[in-house]
Amino acid sequence: MIRALLLLVLLGAAPAYAETVVAGLSLDEVGITSSFDGTEVLIYGAVRRDAPEPAGPPMQVIVTLEGPAGSVTIRRKDHIAGIWINTEEVGVSATPSYYSVASTGPLDEILDPAEDVRQRISVPLAVRAFSGPLEVEDARPFTEALLRIRVAEGQYSLAEGSVKLIEGTLFRADFKLPANLVEGDYKVRIYLLRGGEVIDLYRSALPVRKIGLERTLFLMSREHAYAYGMMSLVLAVVAGWAASAAFRMLRR
Amino acid sequence: MQIYLPIADVAVNAFLLLGLGGVVGVLSGLFGVGGGFLITPLLFFIGIPPGVAVATGSNQVVASSVSGVLAHLKRKSVDIPMGTVLLVGGIMGSAAGILVFNWLQSLGQIDLVVQLSYVVFLGFIGLLMAQEGLRSWRRARNPGARRTKRHQHHWVHNLPLKMKFRASGLYISVIPPVLVGLVVGVLAAIMGVGGGFIMVPAMIYILGMPTKVVIGTSLFQVIFVSAFTTMAHAVTNQSVDIVLAFLLIAGSVVGAQVGTRLSGRLKAEELRMLLALLVLAVAIKLALDLLLTPSDLYSLYPGGAP
Repeated sequence: MIRALLLLVLLGAAPAYAETVVAGLSLDEVGITSSFDGTEVLIYGAVRRDAPEPAGPPMQVIVTLEGPAGSVTIRRKDHIAGIWINTEEVGVSATPSYYSVASTGPLDEILDPAEDVRQRISVPLAVRAFSGPLEVEDARPFTEALLRIRVAEGQYSLAEGSVKLIEGTLFRADFKLPANLVEGDYKVRIYLLRGGEVIDLYRSALPVRKIGLERTLFLMSREHAYAYGMMSLVLAVVAGWAASAAFRMLRR
Repeated sequence: MQIYLPIADVAVNAFLLLGLGGVVGVLSGLFGVGGGFLITPLLFFIGIPPGVAVATGSNQVVASSVSGVLAHLKRKSVDIPMGTVLLVGGIMGSAAGILVFNWLQSLGQIDLVVQLSYVVFLGFIGLLMAQEGLRSWRRARNPGARRTKRHQHHWVHNLPLKMKFRASGLYISVIPPVLVGLVVGVLAAIMGVGGGFIMVPAMIYILGMPTKVVIGTSLFQVIFVSAFTTMAHAVTNQSVDIVLAFLLIAGSVVGAQVGTRLSGRLKAEELRMLLALLVLAVAIKLALDLLLTPSDLYSLYPGGAP
């Protein structure tokens, strides 16, 4: 009740001290070429105000970068008849292939838990959108394993305190995208927070595409599978023959 | 130098792939195995998705087998009629194997079956070869000892449809080679390999072919079986990565030439013993994976929420 009132007050008061984000990205798009080895993305911006900065809790900024969603199956091994085999599994129909959170401070201090639930900002909440009929009684260990494995592989990350806010106005966040990127549109979200509540949200997108030879080969493998398969075989036969011929020449 | 693979969607070191191809190439030239049973687990190990590793591995096997078989053709150590008979069975077998593979996949236990069949077959064949190798090694040390007869006459020689295989010096029925080809074809498709490592001992121990022609003949038939498998993967699940294949092939064709030259210098017993040890090492490694407690009980498989 108190929170609802607070929200009303906040919403009512918002126009008076409207604070909004203006932001940009260091890249318009990420092109995956054969020499692609991950890339750095700089997300920068400023807080625009119609009035002087209000007193009270300081401004906080959270920036998230989310990769396209895909399905994944999580399997658990059990010890049966002396060997370890996959027994139970949980299918997750849509989970982000990449999710990274950068913030000006520890999330539990700058973000209200209820607001986190609404906006799905923190890593576990953003990722936990699983579905499907669950064959297991308790799916929690499976989703925890998903988080643990993806965090260990650098696909999910949380960098608290990595966003620098200068003079309460200018900020920048650096993201390091790994080499094993999934193609698609990466969603950029910038949250402005005061007192744990989101006061403005800015959205943008960062397209990640294969380009050049990578794209040609990828498309060919999907659209002309027979030709692609024949090309792979011809390559193999020619290479095998060429090496044999070259060695014969060398021995002469 | 990192290179991004368009189908596997990962970046890997190009020189690592060239080296990996080279090592497997040497082995394939030396032993007449396509190298699929080594390249596929090695690719898993460096982080290539399993589906792509299996499909691209079979493409690489085509190249190293072509390279190897040309060198063997020069030395006249390929029994083409025998290879063709084996191939007839092999193609039927791999077509059937792909059906079995899809059936197991629908049950969700393909990984286990693949791993178990690697352990069982590699272990069995490795032991068989090691025992044989030890016996002939001992015989070489005391020449006075009793020799076992090389050509034993058993049921294999009493079947109809006999055919002359001149290069092998055999006059036997075509039924056993077709059956050997068939069984190897089924296993090859399930395990995602060319099947040379099963074919070679089967030719020596079941068909009684001389070791000299076994390697070339095995390579000859592996070319066609793995070409068939590569095409099947490219068309059904689009998991052949041509950039990955190119790097592996570049390394392996050179390696295969080196291996073939080496195989002419080593004695048959030494060759057999080395292959036995290699096969046993892979079998033990895979068995440990099944027996030891995994570091993480949970694993992620992209796609396919059933």
